[in-house]
Amino acid sequence: MPTPRVKMPATAAKGEVFEVKTTIDHDMESGQRKDKDGKPIPRKIINKFTVTLNGKEVFKADWAAAISANPYCSFFLTATESGTVEFKWQDDDGSVYSTSQAITVS
Amino acid sequence: MRKTILAAVIAAVAGGAAVPVLADPPFDAKDPKYAPYIAGEKRSGYTFAEPETRAMQDDDFSNPGFLWVEEGKKMWSKVDGKAGKACKDCHGDAEKSMKGVGTVYPRFDPHANALLTLEQKINQCRTERMEAQPLKFDSKPYNAIATFVKHQSFGMPFAVQTDGPVAPYFDMGRRLYYERRGMSDVACKHCHEDYWGMHMRTELLSQGMPNGFPQYRLKWQTLGTAQKRIRGCFEEVRAEPYPVDSLENTVLELYATWRANGLRVESPAVRK
Repeated sequence: MPTPRVKMPATAAKGEVFEVKTTIDHDMESGQRKDKDGKPIPRKIINKFTVTLNGKEVFKADWAAAISANPYCSFFLTATESGTVEFKWQDDDGSVYSTSQAITVS
Repeated sequence: MRKTILAAVIAAVAGGAAVPVLADPPFDAKDPKYAPYIAGEKRSGYTFAEPETRAMQDDDFSNPGFLWVEEGKKMWSKVDGKAGKACKDCHGDAEKSMKGVGTVYPRFDPHANALLTLEQKINQCRTERMEAQPLKFDSKPYNAIATFVKHQSFGMPFAVQTDGPVAPYFDMGRRLYYERRGMSDVACKHCHEDYWGMHMRTELLSQGMPNGFPQYRLKWQTLGTAQKRIRGCFEEVRAEPYPVDSLENTVLELYATWRANGLRVESPAVRK
């Protein structure tokens, strides 16, 4: 089970632009490689990364086979309202890895 | 018009204008910001890394090695094996009990009557004290617990012992370090002692200091130990690598780590 890591401020002033850093440990098996017996290793990557604030989508990324292992993604958000920021990584096999963090906007 | 451009190009070349793409990563031994990465003439692999790679290592968040440190931290207090023990039950707080441990391995273990690397010692502890299965080489938990333990010595200088019962291992390590091998017919010392700072094709040769292991390698897209890296080096000079945890590979790790004595532990480092 991959462990997500998120780094973002716990508080922000209204209208403030802050950086969010995220990473997750994942092999991101591209589907292009072969195993010892020459059989292709099936693709298993995180294909979608979504960030929501109180259920409202604020950031989304579609990832493809060329994204490196242990993907690191950082982006900026503008503080509008207090609530829970939820991060979801969607795997090819259907499993979803998620974590969340609270933010207080004053 | 074309003549003007050509003249300008010639002037630039004649004037010695640097071509930035081919430049080596910046390093100045006198710059205090490099002080933690040098010890006398010894230079950590950090000083040979590209600035982007260094930035990745410097930030605990962007450094992917910390994913393993966190995993190892969880393992530290997790009970495993028939004895019903976790690392924590004997060793307590890793931040205190494991401080400095990473600086002395590979080390002679009187109990096993052999030279052990840190990873081998952890597996010995698992099988004998925890009565658990030994961790498989290069598996996620194997690398995680080793990185976590080694990280507790972060910033401390290496102090590997080479005298007493270690002496015969050390002599063997030195012999192997200077022995030519493989289709390229080179010894470890050719790249890492004689020609460091120079290029092998596009590759900038480092001093081969293993002070960052277990380290995240961008080429591997994962984290690995010194044992794995030494085998990689062998393949690069087209030699048959020694098996993992074999005596030969372990004494080579000992010799290489002794060379880094005085340099600081950087685990988990990030390298190309």
